[in-house]
Amino acid sequence: MSRVQYNMALSGQPPQELTVGQKVFVFVGMLGLLVLLLATFNFQFPNKALWLSLSLGAISVGTIGFSWSLYANRSSGIKNDGVWFKSLTSRGLWAWIFGILITLFYVVLYFFPQYLGLNSDADNTGLIALFDPLSKMLSGNPASQWFVYGTLYTLSILLFGIKFIWKYRHSRYEIIRTISVMFFQTAFAFIIPELMARLNGESLKLPYYDLKNIWPLNYYNFEQYRIDGFLNSGTIGLALLIFGVISIFVITPILTYKYGKRWYCSWVCGCGGLAETAGDPFRHLSDKRQVAWKVERWVVHSVVVFVTLMTTAVIYSYLDYDAAKYWLNKDMFLGLVALLLTLVFGWAMLFRREELQKDAQYGAIGYFVIILGLLGIHFFFGNQLFLFQAETLRKTYAFLIGSVFSGVIGVGFYPIFGSRVWCRFGCPMAAILGFQQRLFSKFRISTNGGQCISCGNCSTYCEMGIDVRAYAQKGQNIVRSSCVGCGICAEVCPRGVLKLENDSPDGRINPKDVLLGNDVDLMNYVNQK
Amino acid sequence: MSHVVIIGNGIAGITAARHIRKFSDKKITVISAETEYFFSRTALMYVYMGHMKFEHTQPYENWFWEKNRIELKQAYIDEVDFKNKKLFSADGEEISYDQLILATGSVTNYRGWKGQEMKGVQGLVSKQDLELLEENSANLKHAVIVGGGLIGVELAEMLHTRNIEVTMLVRENHLWGSVLPAEEGKLISDHIQQHGINLLFETELDEIIPDENNHVKAITTKSGKQIDCQLVGIATGVKPNISFLKNTELETEIGILVNRNLETNIPDVYAIGDCAQQREAIGNRKSVEAVWYTGRMMGETVAQTICGNPTAYNPGNWFNSAKFFDIEYQTYGWVFPKKKEGVSDFYWEDKKNQRALHFQYKTDSKEFLGINAFGIRLRHEVVDTWLTEKISIENVIQQLPKANFDKEFSKKFSKQVQKSFQQSQLQKA
Repeated sequence: MSRVQYNMALSGQPPQELTVGQKVFVFVGMLGLLVLLLATFNFQFPNKALWLSLSLGAISVGTIGFSWSLYANRSSGIKNDGVWFKSLTSRGLWAWIFGILITLFYVVLYFFPQYLGLNSDADNTGLIALFDPLSKMLSGNPASQWFVYGTLYTLSILLFGIKFIWKYRHSRYEIIRTISVMFFQTAFAFIIPELMARLNGESLKLPYYDLKNIWPLNYYNFEQYRIDGFLNSGTIGLALLIFGVISIFVITPILTYKYGKRWYCSWVCGCGGLAETAGDPFRHLSDKRQVAWKVERWVVHSVVVFVTLMTTAVIYSYLDYDAAKYWLNKDMFLGLVALLLTLVFGWAMLFRREELQKDAQYGAIGYFVIILGLLGIHFFFGNQLFLFQAETLRKTYAFLIGSVFSGVIGVGFYPIFGSRVWCRFGCPMAAILGFQQRLFSKFRISTNGGQCISCGNCSTYCEMGIDVRAYAQKGQNIVRSSCVGCGICAEVCPRGVLKLENDSPDGRINPKDVLLGNDVDLMNYVNQK
Repeated sequence: MSHVVIIGNGIAGITAARHIRKFSDKKITVISAETEYFFSRTALMYVYMGHMKFEHTQPYENWFWEKNRIELKQAYIDEVDFKNKKLFSADGEEISYDQLILATGSVTNYRGWKGQEMKGVQGLVSKQDLELLEENSANLKHAVIVGGGLIGVELAEMLHTRNIEVTMLVRENHLWGSVLPAEEGKLISDHIQQHGINLLFETELDEIIPDENNHVKAITTKSGKQIDCQLVGIATGVKPNISFLKNTELETEIGILVNRNLETNIPDVYAIGDCAQQREAIGNRKSVEAVWYTGRMMGETVAQTICGNPTAYNPGNWFNSAKFFDIEYQTYGWVFPKKKEGVSDFYWEDKKNQRALHFQYKTDSKEFLGINAFGIRLRHEVVDTWLTEKISIENVIQQLPKANFDKEFSKKFSKQVQKSFQQSQLQKA
């Protein structure tokens, strides 16, 4: 019979303290961060390559060692003991300190990169200079604040990805999914674009392109400087431009139909990747109230409308200025936009209306009328398209949505609002994929007959704030546009009630209204009412 | 407008209230002494372990009740005047009803041990029990749990997360002997021991010994062994919570006696959930069923009767589920723990991955009777159909992949099971 060695001083205490080993690894990781902090305050490290390696190495050793001491000597299974007792994961003091620090980092990164050592006319200094050796190795160019950010971001996904895999090592779905986000972040978001930059020269002027970053998540993909870059890069450039267009209009709907939006949101996407790995300890902090769901639907779909208007205006503004280059002219473009929106709106209203809630119908009609109205006003009265300068729209979007929402709020507030605030309330890509997932996809979370005991683990650990239990306890399958398919509800369910799966789209929302167990005739009676 | 009063806001009472609201405009009042709002009793353990806060165990938001015109009242009813259809609370309040549903649930079943009322001895049924356990956990180094069933294992898991050494006294030679066959009992016993829980088999509690403050200091077993401990967890089952109904004209035995329509001997008075006892047991079921699912089903049924559609409680195929530390358990149909005449077994175990399936079927007709699954999730609907259609064990084994409800990419098991079944049939032949 194996016996566990207990620290008797802790007997009977809720699990909230760090062990000595964990404290040591936190200390090592902090040393690594300290090097970055010193560099930020212009401490001159003699050998930048060496100190950068030491710093990132210490951070890695600290994080991996911490995970090891947390999980390695424990049997595989759910590891949520003490989540609501620990200060960092239950909106305690440490959560606030941590949240404020990340938020400050994002504010400096987006709006004051000079404090990180970015100098417009001179060599980098400070923190960014520390990353110069790595950047030169990859792309041949000195680092920028975005290179520093990209490196730290990728490192976070890799290190916390390892932690996540350790934590969920009993689940192949979680392991494979996490390896996937780690791969896509490292290869597609980090290494390939840097190498592509190395190829650039006279004949190739490719813009920085993370291939898995699809419009409207990369809202800037069709801006003029990028289009020019693509068009000036020969066949490769043209191929990339076409890829960018079919990504959203062809590839995305097909994959979402087959697998649900999880193929992107929790398997590929970088924002999702960070949320699933570094953000995992905070997933339970999402707001589960019904009112939050209502706010979510209005806000996230408004962002879709905003990004559509903004992109249309931006593209419109530069079309026609060089007729030889752009075969698409202004009027044809607006016509195409109007046609596409009409088709999507018409399809949803004609064939899927009974699946849309009342407020969704009103919202869709309202937004559709507004967009077509704006197009019509422009067409008939020749006003400014959408009443604002394209550049004003673009700047506003980049500031409000691209920076403040996705970065400062989205990540900075992890320890307070949970890890998927951006994905849930702000990401227009998630909203479009969610629309596809809700209305035409084979994906659902199946509920296992009448086995639900309403315990609430699924709802608590849903990072998207879906009240999973509300469906499961009624025996209903869960088909929600916001579900990113992380699979954690099915992990934490103690009774084997939930399963993510792709199956025939017919009747996936409510295949069996009968709560199994009770007499079936009685349940027919219930269902008829 | 008639007034339905429900005593008890657990799964049975609340399901009844919700369904009565669905089908009628009656005035509904739910009375509970335990909590203001409905919560999932089965989730109490997760609050203690820090997986959830108490509010997460509440399946409905607080506005739900007013919106659905279900009045909630926190009061302790200690007297019922069935003749005049009146309830009296401990505070002296008087509540009239037209129809009364008793859904008072269970209490810990203390077996009359010497010292069972002292401080540090407790069960785990109510929210108050959980709060008491929190209090009792301070400076707790060693706990003894009496009983090797579901609540016992839950208690062990809970205390284990707080680095408290746990010893379980188990009457049989493996855990949950009243329900699990020996193979499965051994499987989970091993698993729990791997987690560092001490299991003492074929051991029963004899006496609880107090210290000078009348707090538990130790226990002795029937074989005379003394074990020092500061907590005794009573997990020897539950019994209907009906003491306040004794000495009334309501007929009771272990629980409140009801007919198939869940009616008691008094008109307009019904009993559902853990506190009800069927006058005649249904099939292989116990006459008192203290299970979440049966509570829910009785709630659904009684609501029909009260809303003018007299309906018999007619549970379908038996099913249940639980989790023993990291191993999930599901059962469908009947798997008898002791060898039974005319019933054959097929047991498959994957030791490395701690998975097992136990099938039972009729020896002569090969009719499939039931299955226990450990570390494997089965699709309720599929197995339920097998049971209803009484298909043969061979067909069950053949169709096994259809019943796989494991997470995507999980290690498959059907082929191994099918091979093992063929071998076992050859051996028999």
